[in-house]
Amino acid sequence: MTADLAVVGAGPAGLAAAATAARLGLRVTLLDAAERPGGQIHRHPAGGPVPRAARRLTRRLPYAPGGRAGTSAPGRAGAPRASAASRDRDRVTYLPGHHVWTVARDGDTWLLHAVAGVDEEPAVVRARAVLLATGAHERQLPFPGWTLPGVVGAGGAQAMLKGGLALPGRRVVVAGSGPLLLAVATTLAAAGARVPALVEAADYTAYARHAAALARNPAKLVQGALHGGALLGRGTRLLTRHAVTAAHGTARVEAVTVTGLDADWRPVPGTGRRIPCDALAVGHGLVPQLELATGLGCATRRTPDGTPALEVDAGQRTSVPGVWAAGETCGVGGAELAETEGEIAALSVTGRTSAALARRRARLRAFADAMAAAHRPGPGWTDWLDGTTEVCRCEEVTAATIREAVDGLGARDARSVKLLTRAGMGWCQGRVCGPAVARLAGHDPAPDRRPLSCPVPLSQLAQPPGAER
Amino acid sequence: MSDVPDAVIVGAGVVGAACAYYASRAGLTVTVVDRGSVAAGTTGAGEGNLLVSDKEAGPELDLALLSTRLWRELAETLPPEIEYERKGGLVVAPDGAALTALRDFARGQAAAGVETHEIPADRLGDLEPHLAPGLAGGFLYPQDAQVQPAMAAAQLLRAARADVRLGQEVTGVLTDRRGAVRGVRTPRGDLHAPAVVNATGTWGAALAELAGVKLPVRPRRGFVLVTEPLPPGLVRHKVYAADYIADVASGSADLQSSAVVEGTPAGTVLIGATRERVGFDRTLSTEALRRLAAQATALFPVLSGVRAIRAYHGFRPYLPDHLPAIGADPRVPGLYHACGHEGAGIGLAPATGLLVAAALRGERPPLDTGPLRPDRFDDTEGDAW
Ligand SMILES: Cc1cc2nc3c(=O)[nH]c(=O)nc-3n(C[C@H](O)[C@H](O)[C@H](O)COP(=O)(O)OP(=O)(O)OC[C@H]3O[C@@H](n4cnc5c(N)ncnc54)[C@H](O)[C@@H]3O)c2cc1C
Ligand SMILES: Cc1cc2nc3c(=O)[nH]c(=O)nc-3n(C[C@H](O)[C@H](O)[C@H](O)COP(=O)(O)OP(=O)(O)OC[C@H]3O[C@@H](n4cnc5c(N)ncnc54)[C@H](O)[C@@H]3O)c2cc1C
Repeated sequence: MTADLAVVGAGPAGLAAAATAARLGLRVTLLDAAERPGGQIHRHPAGGPVPRAARRLTRRLPYAPGGRAGTSAPGRAGAPRASAASRDRDRVTYLPGHHVWTVARDGDTWLLHAVAGVDEEPAVVRARAVLLATGAHERQLPFPGWTLPGVVGAGGAQAMLKGGLALPGRRVVVAGSGPLLLAVATTLAAAGARVPALVEAADYTAYARHAAALARNPAKLVQGALHGGALLGRGTRLLTRHAVTAAHGTARVEAVTVTGLDADWRPVPGTGRRIPCDALAVGHGLVPQLELATGLGCATRRTPDGTPALEVDAGQRTSVPGVWAAGETCGVGGAELAETEGEIAALSVTGRTSAALARRRARLRAFADAMAAAHRPGPGWTDWLDGTTEVCRCEEVTAATIREAVDGLGARDARSVKLLTRAGMGWCQGRVCGPAVARLAGHDPAPDRRPLSCPVPLSQLAQPPGAER
Repeated sequence: MSDVPDAVIVGAGVVGAACAYYASRAGLTVTVVDRGSVAAGTTGAGEGNLLVSDKEAGPELDLALLSTRLWRELAETLPPEIEYERKGGLVVAPDGAALTALRDFARGQAAAGVETHEIPADRLGDLEPHLAPGLAGGFLYPQDAQVQPAMAAAQLLRAARADVRLGQEVTGVLTDRRGAVRGVRTPRGDLHAPAVVNATGTWGAALAELAGVKLPVRPRRGFVLVTEPLPPGLVRHKVYAADYIADVASGSADLQSSAVVEGTPAGTVLIGATRERVGFDRTLSTEALRRLAAQATALFPVLSGVRAIRAYHGFRPYLPDHLPAIGADPRVPGLYHACGHEGAGIGLAPATGLLVAAALRGERPPLDTGPLRPDRFDDTEGDAW
């Protein structure tokens, strides 16, 4: 069977696109690496109910809330009394636990190759059009001690809590940069952790320069203020223009050093102070997940925080005909923007437009760009590394080794650093260290190239072209 | 005039680096220019096999044998990070017919000076315990070695003490009124020198054109698969099936593949490479990966359960007769070429560097460079490749 549209990613963007496309009569196949729909923001425990905010999106999936994902009920499409929702459901084939490792052109259709389930079974989906809604992952900037147990990603901590897992510690410093930190600190506090400090490398006053964009997004402002207020009431200190420049401890993190930064994020000598804690949740914004798109040759642009994202037109079309993109792949901007873009993309696949959605997207995108500009990592952060700091954890490559490759061996970008040091060659394929390595080589990161989006068993690669889902 | 070098070398791949190294050892001063990083071109996409086993008797094998000696010397001089290892190649024949052909091939190589040992079927397991059963036999080539290509290029360049200009694209070749080369043009200014070496690999045709001459270098794409790290010793040699040799020598544009399987110091196993002429197409070919994976798992069934964590590709600098262009270009005084090494440029780099250094000094080359003449395609009509 050939789907009219294959959607990769069941976060807000992909779900909105799949639901809209189904409503417009397309047969949609929706694939996601995760077992549960909702993407990063709507993480929820396996077996638990879909969060209320996500239910609106998942209603039109062949998916029973609280239960396991299923296939659509057979034979309902023709039933005269079937509700609109169930009719749409019948047009969506939802494939959870399917990690798409590449998308390949085959004549005038597309083949999506996936590794499916814990047994890593092969799966191939054929579709006339593709929508990439693969979201983003968290940006990590290394610092001495960041590999200690107890140091966790800020978004990761958030996702763990939403997934029903335990708190990373009792006394958790939240640090890094970006609006997500406020949400993370609030969630941690609500779950019973003490958050002695929220350490933000940028300066919220930078928002003032973009007052116009912010004023058009009152909901965001209120949400932000609420987060801040709730935290400050619980004894959390808000330290802007500061960074955690070292984590201390032997078996696990016991304290962090927090240092003042100048406008370029360079640590200001003499401003360091120690804050005891038993966990650190740290993240420096989000980075769009682009490898499927760059593998297809989709053009990218640089967002105001220096990160590559997909270039799309008014209809969310990428530069490759037949391939659309929506959500954080087109630039980090939050769940509401992702959903809006998903809807616009689905309309566009069927040749439709919506002026109202276009206006909403413009407003939210302006806001996202303002935030991105405010939280763009300053080049001076590399000053808080010491030579022995491991920048690439998979291959254990230190900052000194990388600097030697750049200064002594002729590396000028992340790729040549990788070739000369193995930084980025390990299991995560540079997802974690990529932005940091690029900066150490003196550049903003180039668009990721990762021909295999995830590890693929050789037995699967070796299979002749065969059955499609 | 003291700041004018004896030569400008365009290209900081392994070949340009080796040219710089041997030129400076010969007492010449050189400037190396590259539009990207060191090893940013095909050298960064190559596998680092230094093979004699896949070359039939002839000019390329002579170059390879010279290089084999030079790599051994370099391994003593350059830091251990170049990961030089004489691990040997093992070529296996799936059936009797293939074994007979392989035997003939090896006999010719032995006459040219290659060390070969026939390994009967029942002894293959001693060399490679995880090899598939049922193979007809094979040949061991102890001279086959390997190196980490990007690191080798970087260390050669460093040892050359050359003036290295990275991130500068050569956009013109400067000539004087009589047509002789006097340097190159870059967006950051002109670099003057009485000699210019074209070591731009797959982009060699474009550089030649800047100097007003034809050199038909074309890209031949190759994919490589890299597995997750595995316990050491799983694959001990460079192992490949005999049909690889036919692929290397073929000029067909179609996809060809014969997987060379080998372990690396990092524990990953490399499987490569395919060959096809599709221009500079950067999209992934699942068919290329399928063939590599199928051939590797046929040779080593234990790999079936192993995951590939990475795939990469590069564009080999291909010349129609599979031989590089090395030496002075008789059409333009002062222009030299060192490009078009296709799938063997890592291996052949030192010999190339030595020949170029000799040519720059006007000395007799250590071997006959007639078949490598850069102007040998002048009679080729049209553009049939
Ligand atoms: C760790 C983390 C935590 C976050 N927490 C919050 C929060 O608490 N509050 C908030 O407002 N925002 C949060 N965000 C931001 C929020 O996730 C986004 O604004 C929003 O979810 C973007 O929606 P999306 O549909 O573009 O992408 P996502 O929600 O990221 O969805 C992308 C989906 O694509 C799937 N995918 C990716 N690649 C493949 C592939 N190759 N094959 C198959 N599937 C694939 C992923 O499994 C994922 O489900 C968080 C982001 C991250 C990274
Ligand atoms: C998949 C694959 C596997 C391979 N495996 C092996 C192997 O195992 N063993 C082996 O021996 N060989 C192998 N090869 C072949 C080998 O990689 C090449 O032959 C070799 O790297 C060529 O080196 P080079 O220095 O000539 O070219 P390159 O490394 O491409 O260097 C040329 C340089 O010139 C620069 N340049 C080009 N134009 C300009 C300009 N106008 N101005 C400035 N700079 C310019 C480029 O930036 C580049 O850095 C393999 C190739 C591939 C693709």
